[in-house]
Amino acid sequence: MNPVDKRRREFFGQAAAIAGAMIAPGLMLYEYAEAVGPDGASRPRAPGEPVSGKVRWGMLIDTTKCAPGCRECVDACNRENGLPGTTRATDSQWIRKVDLKDLKTGKAVSLPVLCQHCAEPPCVDVCPTGASFKREDGIVLVDRHTCIGCRYCMMACPYKARSFVHEATTGQSPDVPRGKGCVESCTLCVHKVDKGGTPSCVEACAAAGHQAIVFGDLNDPSSEISKRVRAATTTQLRADLRTDNGVRYQGL
Amino acid sequence: MTAAGFLRAILAATLLLAGSGAGLVASASGPALDAARSGPCVEDPKVMRRSHMDFLKHDRDDTVRRGIRGIKHSLSACVDCHASKADGRVLGSEKHFCQGCHTYAAVKVDCFDCHASTARPAATAAAAAPGSLR
Repeated sequence: MNPVDKRRREFFGQAAAIAGAMIAPGLMLYEYAEAVGPDGASRPRAPGEPVSGKVRWGMLIDTTKCAPGCRECVDACNRENGLPGTTRATDSQWIRKVDLKDLKTGKAVSLPVLCQHCAEPPCVDVCPTGASFKREDGIVLVDRHTCIGCRYCMMACPYKARSFVHEATTGQSPDVPRGKGCVESCTLCVHKVDKGGTPSCVEACAAAGHQAIVFGDLNDPSSEISKRVRAATTTQLRADLRTDNGVRYQGL
Repeated sequence: MTAAGFLRAILAATLLLAGSGAGLVASASGPALDAARSGPCVEDPKVMRRSHMDFLKHDRDDTVRRGIRGIKHSLSACVDCHASKADGRVLGSEKHFCQGCHTYAAVKVDCFDCHASTARPAATAAAAAPGSLR
Protein backbone atom coordinates (compact mmCIF):
# COMPACT_ATOMS: atom_id res chain seq x y z
CA MET A 1 0.00 0.00 0.00
CA ASN A 2 1.46 3.37 -0.91
CA PRO A 3 1.63 6.13 1.75
CA VAL A 4 -1.17 8.17 0.15
CA ASP A 5 -3.58 5.25 0.28
CA LYS A 6 -2.58 4.54 3.87
CA ARG A 7 -3.26 8.10 4.97
CA ARG A 8 -6.51 8.08 3.06
CA ARG A 9 -7.59 4.86 4.78
CA GLU A 10 -6.74 6.25 8.19
CA PHE A 11 -8.67 9.43 7.44
CA PHE A 12 -11.80 7.58 6.37
CA GLY A 13 -11.51 5.26 9.33
CA GLN A 14 -11.42 8.16 11.78
CA ALA A 15 -14.18 10.05 9.98
CA ALA A 16 -16.42 6.99 10.15
CA ALA A 17 -15.64 6.54 13.83
CA ILE A 18 -16.60 10.14 14.54
CA ALA A 19 -19.75 10.07 12.42
CA GLY A 20 -20.77 6.73 13.91
CA ALA A 21 -20.26 7.78 17.50
CA MET A 22 -23.35 7.62 19.65
CA ILE A 23 -23.69 11.01 21.31
CA ALA A 24 -26.62 9.82 23.39
CA PRO A 25 -28.27 6.40 23.69
CA GLY A 26 -29.97 5.79 20.37
CA LEU A 27 -28.87 9.09 18.86
CA MET A 28 -26.12 9.04 16.24
CA LEU A 29 -24.04 12.12 15.44
CA TYR A 30 -25.32 12.32 11.89
CA GLU A 31 -28.92 12.25 13.13
CA TYR A 32 -28.14 14.94 15.65
CA ALA A 33 -26.52 17.10 12.98
CA GLU A 34 -29.69 16.95 10.91
CA ALA A 35 -31.89 18.03 13.81
CA VAL A 36 -29.75 20.86 15.12
CA GLY A 37 -27.99 23.82 13.59
CA PRO A 38 -24.26 24.55 13.69
CA ASP A 39 -24.57 26.15 17.13
CA GLY A 40 -26.15 23.01 18.57
CA ALA A 41 -29.53 24.67 19.05
CA SER A 42 -32.68 22.97 17.76
CA ARG A 43 -33.09 23.87 14.14
CA PRO A 44 -36.51 25.25 13.22
CA ARG A 45 -38.31 23.06 10.73
CA ALA A 46 -38.54 24.24 7.15
CA PRO A 47 -42.07 24.98 5.91
CA GLY A 48 -43.69 21.76 4.75
CA GLU A 49 -41.27 19.59 6.72
CA PRO A 50 -43.03 17.12 9.03
CA VAL A 51 -42.10 16.81 12.70
CA SER A 52 -39.36 14.30 13.40
CA GLY A 53 -38.48 11.95 16.23
CA LYS A 54 -35.12 13.70 16.58
CA VAL A 55 -36.91 16.24 18.77
CA ARG A 56 -38.58 15.28 22.05
CA TRP A 57 -40.47 18.21 23.50
CA GLY A 58 -40.54 18.24 27.26
CA MET A 59 -41.22 20.42 30.22
CA LEU A 60 -39.49 20.81 33.55
CA ILE A 61 -41.54 22.18 36.42
CA ASP A 62 -39.53 23.44 39.39
CA THR A 63 -41.92 23.08 42.32
CA THR A 64 -39.58 25.06 44.56
CA LYS A 65 -40.31 28.13 42.43
CA CYS A 66 -44.04 27.47 41.93
CA ALA A 67 -45.95 29.83 44.23
CA PRO A 68 -48.94 28.47 46.19
CA GLY A 69 -52.11 30.23 45.10
CA CYS A 70 -50.62 31.45 41.83
CA ARG A 71 -52.77 30.49 38.83
CA GLU A 72 -51.00 32.39 36.06
CA CYS A 73 -50.28 29.24 34.04
CA VAL A 74 -53.87 28.03 34.35
CA ASP A 75 -55.32 31.38 33.31
CA ALA A 76 -52.90 31.70 30.40
CA CYS A 77 -53.86 28.22 29.18
CA ASN A 78 -57.55 29.08 29.32
CA ARG A 79 -57.00 32.31 27.41
CA GLU A 80 -54.78 30.77 24.76
CA ASN A 81 -56.98 27.76 24.09
CA GLY A 82 -60.37 29.39 24.44
CA LEU A 83 -61.39 27.33 27.48
CA PRO A 84 -64.17 28.62 29.71
CA GLY A 85 -61.98 28.62 32.81
CA THR A 86 -64.83 27.40 35.00
CA THR A 87 -64.34 24.31 37.16
CA ARG A 88 -67.65 22.50 37.25
CA ALA A 89 -67.27 18.71 37.10
CA THR A 90 -68.04 18.76 33.37
CA ASP A 91 -65.79 21.67 32.37
CA SER A 92 -62.57 21.19 30.45
CA GLN A 93 -59.38 21.74 32.38
CA TRP A 94 -56.11 21.25 30.53
CA ILE A 95 -53.95 22.27 33.46
CA ARG A 96 -54.71 22.26 37.18
CA LYS A 97 -52.88 23.58 40.20
CA VAL A 98 -52.44 20.89 42.84
CA ASP A 99 -51.37 21.56 46.44
CA LEU A 100 -49.71 18.71 48.30
CA LYS A 101 -48.67 18.43 51.90
CA ASP A 102 -46.61 15.74 53.53
CA LEU A 103 -48.58 15.06 56.70
CA LYS A 104 -45.57 13.72 58.57
CA THR A 105 -43.22 16.62 57.89
CA GLY A 106 -45.64 19.37 57.02
CA LYS A 107 -43.74 20.19 53.84
CA ALA A 108 -46.14 21.70 51.31
CA VAL A 109 -45.65 21.97 47.54
CA SER A 110 -47.76 23.55 44.86
CA LEU A 111 -47.51 22.35 41.29
CA PRO A 112 -49.36 22.45 38.00
CA VAL A 113 -50.43 19.08 36.58
CA LEU A 114 -51.18 18.75 32.91
CA CYS A 115 -50.91 16.12 30.18
CA GLN A 116 -47.53 14.51 30.85
CA HIS A 117 -46.89 13.80 27.16
CA CYS A 118 -45.77 10.24 27.84
CA ALA A 119 -43.43 8.39 25.54
CA GLU A 120 -45.65 5.34 26.16
CA PRO A 121 -49.06 6.97 26.46
CA PRO A 122 -51.83 4.71 27.82
CA CYS A 123 -54.43 6.95 26.18
CA VAL A 124 -53.01 6.06 22.77
CA ASP A 125 -52.97 2.34 23.60
CA VAL A 126 -56.67 2.22 24.39
CA CYS A 127 -58.06 4.52 21.69
CA PRO A 128 -60.33 2.42 19.45
CA THR A 129 -60.19 4.80 16.47
CA GLY A 130 -56.58 5.99 16.46
CA ALA A 131 -57.71 9.51 17.28
CA SER A 132 -55.46 9.65 20.34
CA PHE A 133 -51.92 9.69 19.02
CA LYS A 134 -48.37 10.70 19.78
CA ARG A 135 -46.65 12.96 17.31
CA GLU A 136 -43.13 12.08 16.24
CA ASP A 137 -41.78 14.87 18.44
CA GLY A 138 -43.44 13.45 21.55
CA ILE A 139 -46.54 15.64 21.80
CA VAL A 140 -49.63 13.58 22.64
CA LEU A 141 -52.74 14.88 20.89
CA VAL A 142 -56.34 14.04 20.04
CA ASP A 143 -57.28 14.14 16.38
CA ARG A 144 -60.81 15.41 16.80
CA HIS A 145 -61.67 14.46 13.23
CA THR A 146 -61.48 10.81 14.31
CA CYS A 147 -62.45 11.07 17.99
CA ILE A 148 -65.83 9.49 18.68
CA GLY A 149 -65.98 10.69 22.28
CA CYS A 150 -65.90 7.24 23.88
CA ARG A 151 -63.68 8.52 26.71
CA TYR A 152 -61.61 5.34 27.09
CA CYS A 153 -58.51 7.55 27.05
CA MET A 154 -59.86 9.53 30.01
CA MET A 155 -60.19 6.27 31.95
CA ALA A 156 -56.71 5.13 30.91
CA CYS A 157 -54.87 8.35 31.76
CA PRO A 158 -53.21 8.03 35.19
CA TYR A 159 -52.97 11.82 35.49
CA LYS A 160 -56.62 12.76 34.90
CA ALA A 161 -55.28 15.02 32.21
CA ARG A 162 -58.07 14.69 29.69
CA SER A 163 -61.47 16.34 29.56
CA PHE A 164 -64.59 15.70 27.55
CA VAL A 165 -66.43 18.58 25.92
CA HIS A 166 -70.04 18.17 27.03
CA GLU A 167 -71.58 21.27 25.57
CA ALA A 168 -71.56 23.09 22.25
CA THR A 169 -68.68 25.54 22.08
CA THR A 170 -68.51 29.04 20.69
CA GLY A 171 -65.75 31.58 20.37
CA GLN A 172 -62.94 29.11 19.62
CA SER A 173 -59.52 30.42 18.75
CA PRO A 174 -58.78 29.94 15.02
CA ASP A 175 -55.66 28.00 16.06
CA VAL A 176 -57.38 25.77 18.62
CA PRO A 177 -60.49 24.08 17.27
CA ARG A 178 -62.56 22.39 19.96
CA GLY A 179 -66.11 21.15 20.04
CA LYS A 180 -68.79 19.08 21.69
CA GLY A 181 -68.38 15.31 21.71
CA CYS A 182 -64.59 15.11 21.68
CA VAL A 183 -61.96 14.49 24.31
CA GLU A 184 -59.26 17.11 24.65
CA SER A 185 -56.18 17.85 26.72
CA CYS A 186 -53.05 19.96 26.83
CA THR A 187 -51.48 20.21 23.37
CA LEU A 188 -48.25 21.81 24.64
CA CYS A 189 -49.57 24.77 22.60
CA VAL A 190 -48.64 22.81 19.50
CA HIS A 191 -49.83 25.65 17.23
CA LYS A 192 -47.21 27.90 18.82
CA VAL A 193 -44.48 25.28 19.08
CA ASP A 194 -44.82 24.50 15.36
CA LYS A 195 -44.00 28.13 14.67
CA GLY A 196 -40.97 28.11 16.98
CA GLY A 197 -42.88 29.43 20.01
CA THR A 198 -43.27 28.36 23.62
CA PRO A 199 -46.40 27.14 25.43
CA SER A 200 -48.46 29.92 26.99
CA CYS A 201 -48.18 28.57 30.54
CA VAL A 202 -44.38 28.80 30.32
CA GLU A 203 -44.56 32.38 29.09
CA ALA A 204 -47.08 33.35 31.77
CA CYS A 205 -45.00 31.80 34.53
CA ALA A 206 -41.93 33.71 33.36
CA ALA A 207 -43.91 36.93 33.01
CA ALA A 208 -45.13 36.53 36.60
CA GLY A 209 -41.49 36.32 37.67
CA HIS A 210 -41.54 32.70 38.85
CA GLN A 211 -39.66 31.00 35.99
CA ALA A 212 -40.86 27.69 37.39
CA ILE A 213 -41.49 26.05 34.01
CA VAL A 214 -38.84 25.31 31.41
CA PHE A 215 -39.86 24.09 27.96
CA GLY A 216 -37.50 22.61 25.42
CA ASP A 217 -36.09 19.72 23.46
CA LEU A 218 -35.02 16.85 25.72
CA ASN A 219 -33.05 15.32 22.84
CA ASP A 220 -30.92 18.41 22.33
CA PRO A 221 -28.03 18.21 24.83
CA SER A 222 -27.44 21.97 24.60
CA SER A 223 -31.03 23.00 25.43
CA GLU A 224 -31.73 24.56 28.81
CA ILE A 225 -34.08 21.78 29.80
CA SER A 226 -31.48 19.11 29.02
CA LYS A 227 -28.87 20.91 31.09
CA ARG A 228 -31.30 21.30 33.97
CA VAL A 229 -32.42 17.66 34.03
CA ARG A 230 -28.78 16.61 33.78
CA ALA A 231 -27.76 18.78 36.73
CA ALA A 232 -30.61 18.26 39.18
CA THR A 233 -32.71 15.37 40.38
CA THR A 234 -36.09 15.42 38.69
CA THR A 235 -39.02 13.05 38.90
CA GLN A 236 -41.67 11.83 36.55
CA LEU A 237 -45.10 11.48 38.16
CA ARG A 238 -46.01 7.84 38.70
CA ALA A 239 -42.68 6.72 37.26
CA ASP A 240 -43.66 3.20 38.37
CA LEU A 241 -46.08 3.05 35.45
CA ARG A 242 -43.12 3.44 33.08
CA THR A 243 -44.95 5.81 30.78
CA ASP A 244 -41.74 7.89 30.47
CA ASN A 245 -43.31 11.31 30.83
CA GLY A 246 -42.09 14.31 28.88
CA VAL A 247 -43.08 16.52 31.82
CA ARG A 248 -40.69 16.30 34.77
CA TYR A 249 -40.86 17.80 38.24
CA GLN A 250 -38.07 19.15 40.40
CA GLY A 251 -38.31 19.36 44.19
CA LEU A 252 -41.08 16.81 44.65
CA MET B 1 -90.17 10.77 -19.43
CA THR B 2 -88.16 7.83 -20.69
CA ALA B 3 -85.02 6.75 -18.86
CA ALA B 4 -82.84 8.14 -21.66
CA GLY B 5 -84.70 11.43 -21.62
CA PHE B 6 -84.27 11.67 -17.87
CA LEU B 7 -80.53 11.05 -18.18
CA ARG B 8 -80.29 13.73 -20.87
CA ALA B 9 -82.07 16.18 -18.59
CA ILE B 10 -79.67 15.41 -15.74
CA LEU B 11 -76.71 15.84 -18.08
CA ALA B 12 -78.02 19.15 -19.38
CA ALA B 13 -78.56 20.42 -15.84
CA THR B 14 -75.04 19.38 -14.85
CA LEU B 15 -73.51 21.10 -17.86
CA LEU B 16 -75.52 24.23 -17.16
CA LEU B 17 -74.28 24.28 -13.59
CA ALA B 18 -70.64 23.66 -14.54
CA GLY B 19 -70.74 26.05 -17.50
CA SER B 20 -72.02 28.96 -15.48
CA GLY B 21 -68.61 28.98 -13.71
CA ALA B 22 -67.72 32.22 -11.99
CA GLY B 23 -71.12 33.64 -12.84
CA LEU B 24 -72.85 31.04 -10.70
CA VAL B 25 -72.58 32.92 -7.46
CA ALA B 26 -73.90 36.18 -8.84
CA SER B 27 -76.56 34.68 -11.09
CA ALA B 28 -80.18 34.57 -10.09
CA SER B 29 -80.00 30.77 -9.83
CA GLY B 30 -77.17 30.69 -7.25
CA PRO B 31 -76.85 32.06 -3.77
CA ALA B 32 -75.92 35.73 -3.41
CA LEU B 33 -72.85 35.75 -1.22
CA ASP B 34 -70.68 38.39 0.36
CA ALA B 35 -67.54 39.01 -1.67
CA ALA B 36 -64.19 37.63 -0.48
CA ARG B 37 -61.74 40.00 1.08
CA SER B 38 -58.85 39.96 -1.34
CA GLY B 39 -56.94 38.26 -4.11
CA PRO B 40 -57.52 35.08 -6.08
CA CYS B 41 -58.38 31.80 -4.40
CA VAL B 42 -55.72 29.09 -3.90
CA GLU B 43 -57.34 27.09 -6.72
CA ASP B 44 -59.63 27.88 -9.59
CA PRO B 45 -63.10 28.64 -8.18
CA LYS B 46 -64.64 25.88 -10.27
CA VAL B 47 -62.20 23.36 -8.77
CA MET B 48 -62.77 24.72 -5.29
CA ARG B 49 -66.54 24.46 -5.58
CA ARG B 50 -66.30 20.79 -6.45
CA SER B 51 -63.29 19.67 -4.42
CA HIS B 52 -62.74 21.96 -1.45
CA MET B 53 -63.88 19.28 0.97
CA ASP B 54 -61.31 16.82 -0.39
CA PHE B 55 -58.51 19.39 -0.20
CA LEU B 56 -59.40 20.18 3.39
CA LYS B 57 -59.61 16.54 4.38
CA HIS B 58 -56.26 15.76 2.80
CA ASP B 59 -54.36 18.64 4.34
CA ARG B 60 -55.86 18.43 7.80
CA ASP B 61 -54.01 15.17 8.47
CA ASP B 62 -50.74 16.79 7.41
CA THR B 63 -51.30 19.54 9.95
CA VAL B 64 -52.75 17.56 12.85
CA ARG B 65 -50.56 14.48 12.66
CA ARG B 66 -47.36 15.64 10.95
CA GLY B 67 -47.28 19.21 12.25
CA ILE B 68 -47.04 20.86 8.83
CA ARG B 69 -48.31 24.41 9.17
CA GLY B 70 -49.01 26.99 6.50
CA ILE B 71 -50.43 24.40 4.12
CA LYS B 72 -52.12 25.53 0.93
CA HIS B 73 -55.61 24.33 1.79
CA SER B 74 -56.12 25.51 5.33
CA LEU B 75 -59.59 26.03 6.75
CA SER B 76 -58.54 29.04 8.80
CA ALA B 77 -57.14 30.64 5.63
CA CYS B 78 -60.52 30.03 3.91
CA VAL B 79 -62.25 31.77 6.79
CA ASP B 80 -59.80 34.68 6.90
CA CYS B 81 -60.41 35.43 3.23
CA HIS B 82 -64.10 34.61 2.85
CA ALA B 83 -65.40 36.10 6.11
CA SER B 84 -68.03 38.77 5.69
CA LYS B 85 -66.65 42.28 5.70
CA ALA B 86 -69.54 43.30 7.92
CA ASP B 87 -69.07 40.90 10.84
CA GLY B 88 -65.96 38.84 9.98
CA ARG B 89 -67.88 35.55 9.89
CA VAL B 90 -68.57 32.83 7.33
CA LEU B 91 -71.77 31.69 9.07
CA GLY B 92 -74.82 33.55 10.24
CA SER B 93 -77.07 34.19 7.26
CA GLU B 94 -77.67 33.09 3.68
CA LYS B 95 -75.31 35.83 2.54
CA HIS B 96 -72.39 34.47 4.54
CA PHE B 97 -69.97 32.54 2.35
CA CYS B 98 -70.04 29.02 3.80
CA GLN B 99 -73.59 28.98 5.10
CA GLY B 100 -75.03 30.60 1.97
CA CYS B 101 -73.68 28.03 -0.44
CA HIS B 102 -74.18 25.04 1.85
CA THR B 103 -77.81 26.00 2.38
CA TYR B 104 -78.23 26.40 -1.38
CA ALA B 105 -76.70 22.97 -1.98
CA ALA B 106 -78.50 21.46 1.04
CA VAL B 107 -75.27 20.08 2.51
CA LYS B 108 -74.51 20.15 6.20
CA VAL B 109 -71.36 22.05 7.18
CA ASP B 110 -69.98 20.58 10.42
CA CYS B 111 -66.50 22.16 10.27
CA PHE B 112 -67.59 25.01 12.48
CA ASP B 113 -68.88 22.83 15.30
CA CYS B 114 -65.23 22.88 16.33
CA HIS B 115 -63.40 25.33 14.08
CA ALA B 116 -63.69 29.09 14.51
CA SER B 117 -66.06 30.63 11.96
CA THR B 118 -64.62 34.09 12.58
CA ALA B 119 -61.64 35.62 10.81
CA ARG B 120 -58.51 36.42 12.78
CA PRO B 121 -58.30 40.04 13.96
CA ALA B 122 -55.33 40.59 11.62
CA ALA B 123 -57.35 39.37 8.65
CA THR B 124 -60.21 41.66 9.64
CA ALA B 125 -57.86 44.64 9.65
CA ALA B 126 -56.57 43.72 6.20
CA ALA B 127 -60.08 43.48 4.80
CA ALA B 128 -59.94 47.07 3.61
CA ALA B 129 -58.55 45.84 0.29
CA PRO B 130 -61.43 45.40 -2.17
CA GLY B 131 -62.05 41.79 -3.14
CA SER B 132 -63.23 40.63 -6.53
CA LEU B 133 -63.41 36.93 -5.90
CA ARG B 134 -66.23 35.18 -4.21
